[in-house]
Amino acid sequence: MTKEICLHVLYCTTEGNEETMPEKQPKCSSRLGTHARGHKGLNILAFSSCVILSFATRFYKLDTPDHVCWDETHFGKMGSYYINRTFFFDVHPPLGKMLIGLAGHLSGYDGAFTFESPGTKYEDVNYLGMRILCATLGVLIVPLVYLIVLEWSFSVTAASLASLFVLFDTGTLTLSQYILLDPILMFFIIASVYALVKFQSHHARPFQFLWWFWMTMTGLFLACAISIKWVGLFVILFVGAQTAWDLWGLLADLALSKVTLLKHFLARCLCLIIFPAGLYISFFAVHLHILNQSGPGDGFFSSGFQSKLVGNNLHNVSMPEKVAYGSVITLKNHRAAGGLLHSHPLLYPEGYGAEQQQVTAYVYKDENNLWLLKKYVEEDLPVEDEIQPVELVKNGDLVYLEHVATRRNLHSHNEKAPLSVNHQQVTCYGENGTGDFNDVWQVQIPGAAAGATVSVVKTKLKLIHYLTGCVLFSHSKNLPAWGSEQLEVTCNPYSRDQRALWNVEDHYNHHLPNISFEVFRSSFIESLLESHVVMAQGNSDLKPKEGEITSKPWQWPINYRGQRFSGYNNTEERIYLLGNPVLWWGNLFFLVLFPPVIFIWLVCKERGLQGNSAITELNQKVFSSCSWLLLGWALHYLPFYLMSRVLYFHHYFPAFLFSCMLSGIFINHLLQLLDHYLLPSRQGAFRQSGLIVICAIVIQSFYKFHPFSYGMVGPLADEVNSTHRGLKWLDSWEI
Amino acid sequence: MLLVYVVCNEFVLRTLNEMACDHISDNGEANKKMKQTANRTEPIFVVNCSLDLLLVAITLIAFVTRLWRLEDPRGVVFDEIHFGRFAGLYLQGVFFFDVHPPLGRLLITLMGYLSGFDGNFDFSIIGTEYPCSFPIWHLRLIPAVCGSLLCPLAYLILSELGFHQYSACLAAFLVLTDNALLTQSRFILIDSMLLLSLLAMIYSLLKFLKYFKRPFSLYGSAWATVLSLSITASLSVKYSGLFSVLLVSLVLLFYSWRMIIDKTIPLIQVAVRLLGYALFFVVLPVVLYCLIFWLHLSLLWKSGTHDEMMSSSFQATLEGGLARITEGQPRRIAYSSQITLRHTHGTPCWLHSHSDPYPVRYSDNRGSSAQQQVTCYSYKDINNWWIVVEQDADSIDLNSPPKPVKDGDIIKLIHGVTGRSLNSHDVAAPMSPQCMEVSCYVDYNISFPAQPLWRVELLNGAKTNQTWQAMSSHIRLIHVTTNQALKFTGNQLPDWGFYQYEVATDRIHQQEATVWNVEEHRLSAAATSQDHQLPPDIWSPGNLGFWEKFLEVQMKMLWANSDVNQEHQYSSSALEWPTMNRGVAYWISPDSNAQIHFLGNPVTWVSGLVAAVLFFLMFVTLAVRWRRQCQDLTPDEWTRLILSAVLLVGGWVFNLVPYMLMERTLFLHHYLPGLLHLLILLPVTVEMMYRYVLFRSSIQRNVMTAVLLVWLTSVFLAFVRLLPLSYGHTSLTEEDIKSLQWRESWGFIYREEFK
Repeated sequence: MTKEICLHVLYCTTEGNEETMPEKQPKCSSRLGTHARGHKGLNILAFSSCVILSFATRFYKLDTPDHVCWDETHFGKMGSYYINRTFFFDVHPPLGKMLIGLAGHLSGYDGAFTFESPGTKYEDVNYLGMRILCATLGVLIVPLVYLIVLEWSFSVTAASLASLFVLFDTGTLTLSQYILLDPILMFFIIASVYALVKFQSHHARPFQFLWWFWMTMTGLFLACAISIKWVGLFVILFVGAQTAWDLWGLLADLALSKVTLLKHFLARCLCLIIFPAGLYISFFAVHLHILNQSGPGDGFFSSGFQSKLVGNNLHNVSMPEKVAYGSVITLKNHRAAGGLLHSHPLLYPEGYGAEQQQVTAYVYKDENNLWLLKKYVEEDLPVEDEIQPVELVKNGDLVYLEHVATRRNLHSHNEKAPLSVNHQQVTCYGENGTGDFNDVWQVQIPGAAAGATVSVVKTKLKLIHYLTGCVLFSHSKNLPAWGSEQLEVTCNPYSRDQRALWNVEDHYNHHLPNISFEVFRSSFIESLLESHVVMAQGNSDLKPKEGEITSKPWQWPINYRGQRFSGYNNTEERIYLLGNPVLWWGNLFFLVLFPPVIFIWLVCKERGLQGNSAITELNQKVFSSCSWLLLGWALHYLPFYLMSRVLYFHHYFPAFLFSCMLSGIFINHLLQLLDHYLLPSRQGAFRQSGLIVICAIVIQSFYKFHPFSYGMVGPLADEVNSTHRGLKWLDSWEI
Repeated sequence: MLLVYVVCNEFVLRTLNEMACDHISDNGEANKKMKQTANRTEPIFVVNCSLDLLLVAITLIAFVTRLWRLEDPRGVVFDEIHFGRFAGLYLQGVFFFDVHPPLGRLLITLMGYLSGFDGNFDFSIIGTEYPCSFPIWHLRLIPAVCGSLLCPLAYLILSELGFHQYSACLAAFLVLTDNALLTQSRFILIDSMLLLSLLAMIYSLLKFLKYFKRPFSLYGSAWATVLSLSITASLSVKYSGLFSVLLVSLVLLFYSWRMIIDKTIPLIQVAVRLLGYALFFVVLPVVLYCLIFWLHLSLLWKSGTHDEMMSSSFQATLEGGLARITEGQPRRIAYSSQITLRHTHGTPCWLHSHSDPYPVRYSDNRGSSAQQQVTCYSYKDINNWWIVVEQDADSIDLNSPPKPVKDGDIIKLIHGVTGRSLNSHDVAAPMSPQCMEVSCYVDYNISFPAQPLWRVELLNGAKTNQTWQAMSSHIRLIHVTTNQALKFTGNQLPDWGFYQYEVATDRIHQQEATVWNVEEHRLSAAATSQDHQLPPDIWSPGNLGFWEKFLEVQMKMLWANSDVNQEHQYSSSALEWPTMNRGVAYWISPDSNAQIHFLGNPVTWVSGLVAAVLFFLMFVTLAVRWRRQCQDLTPDEWTRLILSAVLLVGGWVFNLVPYMLMERTLFLHHYLPGLLHLLILLPVTVEMMYRYVLFRSSIQRNVMTAVLLVWLTSVFLAFVRLLPLSYGHTSLTEEDIKSLQWRESWGFIYREEFK
C-alpha cells in the first residue's frame, strides 16, 4: 500500500510534464509503450499493486460469516437448482445463476443444501467455491477500472486514483464477497466498457484482427451483462451511444467510400447486435436444457411449457383432445404465472360478500382444482335418455361447472368481491350438483366461429356469467390468511381484460380417445417468449413487502441508508452493506462540480478566451472522456427513478463505478490545472501534495470503516459502550 | 374580428419594431444604414392591413362546427359531472379538492358567473337533464371557442415554420375534421383549453425565435410575454402541459446557449438577456401560477365535503365545519388537557379506544395481549378523547395548574371514557406483525407491567417556541421503553375491531404515518376556573397564511395524481392510443340510441403514424446526406426543418411516452395533446415528399397529388360518417351502430328497448 503511494509521489512530476504535451501519435494499441515509455515501470508497478491489493481485500475473511447472508438465500438456492436440474422461476435472466451453479459444481458442492433463510449455518457445506467465483470477478473490477481510465486519460495517476477509489470502497468490497449476482454483473459491465475502450483504440486500423477481436469481445461482455440482470441494458445503451457517435464521425470523412461506410455499419451490427442477441438466446437455451426436472417454478408457466419437465404431471401424459360434457377438467388462467381455478370447503368470512364456499386460483396442483363440465338444460325440456352420444362443448354453449370434491357449482352473484370491490364475488353454491340459475356460464372463444370446439391447452376461452354478463377473472392479488393466501378469483364486469382468458389443462373423459400431450409441447421460441413475459411480470409485481424499508433512488448517491447483510444483535457478527462515506461524498462532490466546470470551459472555448494551446488540447481530451463517464453514470442511475418496482441500495453500484472513474480523471486534471496556472514555475507541487493527501484520506477512511465489510462484533452502535459508535455518522445507518 | 385584429396587430407591431431597431446602435455598416434610410422614407404612421381570407374562412368553419347546437344534448355529458360541479362550488364558495390546477375551472366559472348561474345544480349522474334555466350554452362556450381556435393556430404555426400555404391549410383541415378534437371541444371540459395553450406556446415560441437576433425589440418582448402567458396557461390548466413546457424550455435553453457562445454578442448583453429570459420564462409564470391559486383559495371559503382531506389547521380556515367546533379553544397543550389526536397525513382518522379487548388468538394463531383495543377511527366520537398526564402522576389531577407540554417531555395519555392509559409492549400488532401492538393497559395481575410513557417530539417546534400547540404542532409520540413511534399502519382491523384502522408502533420514526396533531382541545374545567390560568392564549382560526395553504394543496395534488388507479370500462393503455383501439362512451340519450362516443378520425390517426415514420426516414436520410456534404437544403431550411422536428415530433413523443410509464387509469382523451402535434406534422411530411423526394419528375408529383386527393376525400368521409357519434343528435338503429363499429374493440352502447 505505502509502496504504491511513494511511487506515485516519486513519479508524478515527470509524468505531469509529459502529459501536458499535445499528443500527436495516432491512437494504437502500442501507444502506451511509445507514449509513456518512461513510465512503463511505474505503470506495471501501479497496476500489479492494484491487482494484489484488490485480491487481498476481497479474499480476506471470505469464509466468514459461515452462514447464509442476505440474498445468498436466493442465489445460492438457485445455484443448487442448476446442480439438481430442478426447474425454478426467477425474475432475472439465467447466466449469473448458471455461473454460480457451475462454480458450486466445480468446487464439489452437491446442491443438497437448502439455503433456507439468512442466518442458516453452512456447517460442512462447501459454499466457498461459489463465493470465490463472485470474489474473483469482484477482484477483476479494480484492475479493469485502472485499464479503462488509463486508456481514456493516458495518465497513470488518474488510473491509480480511480482504481484506488473502487478498491477502498467498503460497499463494493462487501458486495463482492457473497454469492450474489451483483459482482458478476458489475464485472461484465466494466468488462464491456473496457473492451469498448480497447476497440476504440484500434480506431485507426479498421478491419484488422485486433479491431474485430475487441469489438467481438464488447459484444460478448454486453450479452453476458444483460443475461445476468436486465439492468445490463443500460451499458448496452452506453455502448450504443458511443457507437452511434463513432459512426457519425466516420460519416463526415469523405475519404471513406460508401462501401467502406456500409462495411463499418454492418460490422457493428454483426458484432454488437446480432452476435450478442444470439448469445443471449443461447444462454436461455442452455438454461432450459439444464433445468428439465419439475420443480417449484412449474406453476408460473403454461401447460405446454410444463409438459417438457420431467416429473410434472403433464409430462408424457395422454388425454382426450376435445372437451365434451361429462369431462373432468382443470382450468388455468391464461396469463403469465396464472393459477388453476380452485375451490375448497372453506367459506368466505363475514364481511366479504355472501358466506359461501371460496373460489380461488391456486398455482400448485391439487385435487381441489378439478371441475366437472355439465350441460345447461332448460328444465321444461324432457330429460333425455341416459345413454347419449358424447357431445362436444362448443363456442357459445351454456354450461355448469361442478366442483368435483364438494359437488357444488361455480356461482356468481351481485355481491362485492373480497379485494377488487368493483368486481362480483365468485363462490361455489348448491348441493350435490344442483344450484340455481346464477350457476350458468357461457363459454366464449374469442376470435372463433360459432360452434367451434374447445381443445385442451390450445383454446383460450372466456366464461361469461350468463345472468350478469361479467367474466370469470383472476389476477395476481393474494387473498389474506382466511383464503390461504391463494389468488383472488372474481367476476369482472369489464370483459376486455386479457386476464379473463382460461385454458383447459388436465382433462379426463373415458368416453373419448386419448392423444399424447406431446403435440402441445412449447417449442423453444415459445418457451423463450413465455419466460420473458413471466419475468417481466414478475419484475413489475415486485412490490415492497409489508413493513419492509424501501429505498429511494435519491438516497443512494448520498449513502443515506445501507443494507443489512447479516447479524441483528450484539452477539452476532454484523455485516452492513454501506459505501465508504468519504469516497461516496467525495465522488458526489466531483460529480456535482463537473457540469459547471465543463460549462465554463465550453463557454471560454467557444468565445476564444483560452490561451495555451497545449492546455486546450488536454482539456478537450479530459472533458470529452469525463462527459462520456458522466453519461455512463446517468444511464446507470437515472432510469431507476422511472421504475415502479421495489428498489434496493445495491442497484446504485454500477453507477458508482462510473463516478469513481470520473472522479479519478477529474481530480488529476484539476490538480494539473492548478499547477499550471498557480505555480507554473514549480511544476507538480500541487499535484504531489494533493495526491498524498487524497491517498492518505482514502486509506484512513477505509481503515476506519472496514468493520462494515469484515464484521462488527459487540454492542450496537447506538449503545454507549460500543466500539463502533464513531462509525455512525448518519442517524439512518442501522449498524 | 379576432383574426383581423391579429393580422393588423402584426403589421403595426412590425412597423413599430422596425422603428425600434433604429435605436440599436449600429457601428457603421453602410449598407445597413442605407436600408434603414430606405425604410424611413416610408411613412411611419400608416397601418398596412392585409387579410388572409383563407384563414378567416378556416376560423369561421371551425366556429360553426364547434358551436353548432352547443346546448345539445341537454344532459350531463361524461366529465361535465366534475367540471360542472366544480363551477357550481366556486360560485357557492364551497371548498373542494381536485387534482387539476384551477385555471380551466376558473374560466368556466367566470362564464357561469356572467350568465347568472347560482351554482345550484346536482351533478351526480351522467345523463341528468339540465333544467331550462341552466346556462349550459354559456358554460360550454369557452371550451368550444378554445377548440375552434386550434384550426387557425395550426394554420399559423405551419406558415410561421415557412411551409407552403397548402400545407398550412391541410393542417387546419385535419384539425377541423378530427372527431376527437370536435367532441372534446363541445362540453364543459378543460382539455381544449390545454390544447389551445400548447399550440399558442409553439406559435409564440416561433415568433419569439424569429426576433431572437434583434434583442430588446418591442416585437420580441411582446411575443416573449405571450409565450410566458401560454406557458403559465399550459401549467395551470392541467399538469400534463408540463411535458410540452419541458420541450419548449429545451429549445429556449438551446438558443440561449447559442447566444452565450456567440462571439459577436458582448458578455454584458448576454447577461442582461439571460436575466430577461429568466424574468419572462421563470419568474413571471411562477408569479402568475401562484396568483391563480390565490384566486382559487380566496374564492373557496366555506367548508365542504372535501374538508377531511386537508390538515386540521387548513380546515379551520374554512367557515363552518371544524372552525366552528374549535373556535375559542386554548392553544397550548398543558398537563390535564383533554385532546383528540388526528393522524395528520393521508386518511383522516383519530386515535381511538373502546372497552373491547384484542382477541386472545388471531385467525393465524398468533396470540395478543388481550388488552383494550386502540384504533384509528374515521369519525368524530366521544371515544376519541384523551387526557395528557404527567409521567409521574398516579391519577389525573384536574386541579393542578396547567403546565404547558414542551418538546421532548415524557407524558402519559389517559383514555377519557375508560380511564386507561395508552400502552405499548413487545407483542406483534394484529395486522402488521413487524410492528408492536398498542393497547390501553388493563392490569390483569399477571406480571405484565404497564409501559405507558410516551415522549412528545415536535416536528415543527421552532415556530411554536418548542411548546405543543393544538392544530399547528405536528408531533410524533415515541414509546419510551421500546423507542418505537406511534403509527397509523393503514390496515383495517377485521370484525372484532369494527373495521377501524390499526394503530401500532414502528421502529422507523421517520415516516409520514407516524405524524399526529391535536385537533380538538379543552382544558379541564377546574384549571380554567381558577386564577392560575395561562395568559389568555386562544387559538384563532385563519392564522394559516396563503403560502402554507398553497403548499398543502399543491403537495396533496401531486400525491393524489399518482393515486388515481381504478379499473374503468372505457379506460385504455397508452399503447392502444395511436391506433385508436378504444373510445370512451360520453353520453347516451335517455329515450333513443343517440349517443356521444369519444373517437377520433381513424383515417387521420393512422395516416399520422405513417407520416411520423416517413418523416423520420426522410430526416435521417437528409441528415446523412448533409454529413456527406450533399447540399440539399439551405442553412435556413435546415433551421426550420429541425425546429419542426423538435417541436412536432418532440411534442408527439413527449406527450405520449410518459403515459406509457404511468400506472394510473388512462383514457383516450389523454392522447389529444400528442395527436395534435402529429396532425400538424402530417402536412410537413407531405410537403417534404414533394420538395425532397419527388422533385425530379412531374409525373410522380401528379400521382402523389391524385393520391392525396383520394386520401383527403376519405378523411372527410370518415369524419362525416362518425359525426352522429360526435354530436349525438341522431338516434341510431341497430344497423347504424353495427355499420359504425369498424373495430371490434369499440364499445358503442346499444339498448334493445329503443329499436
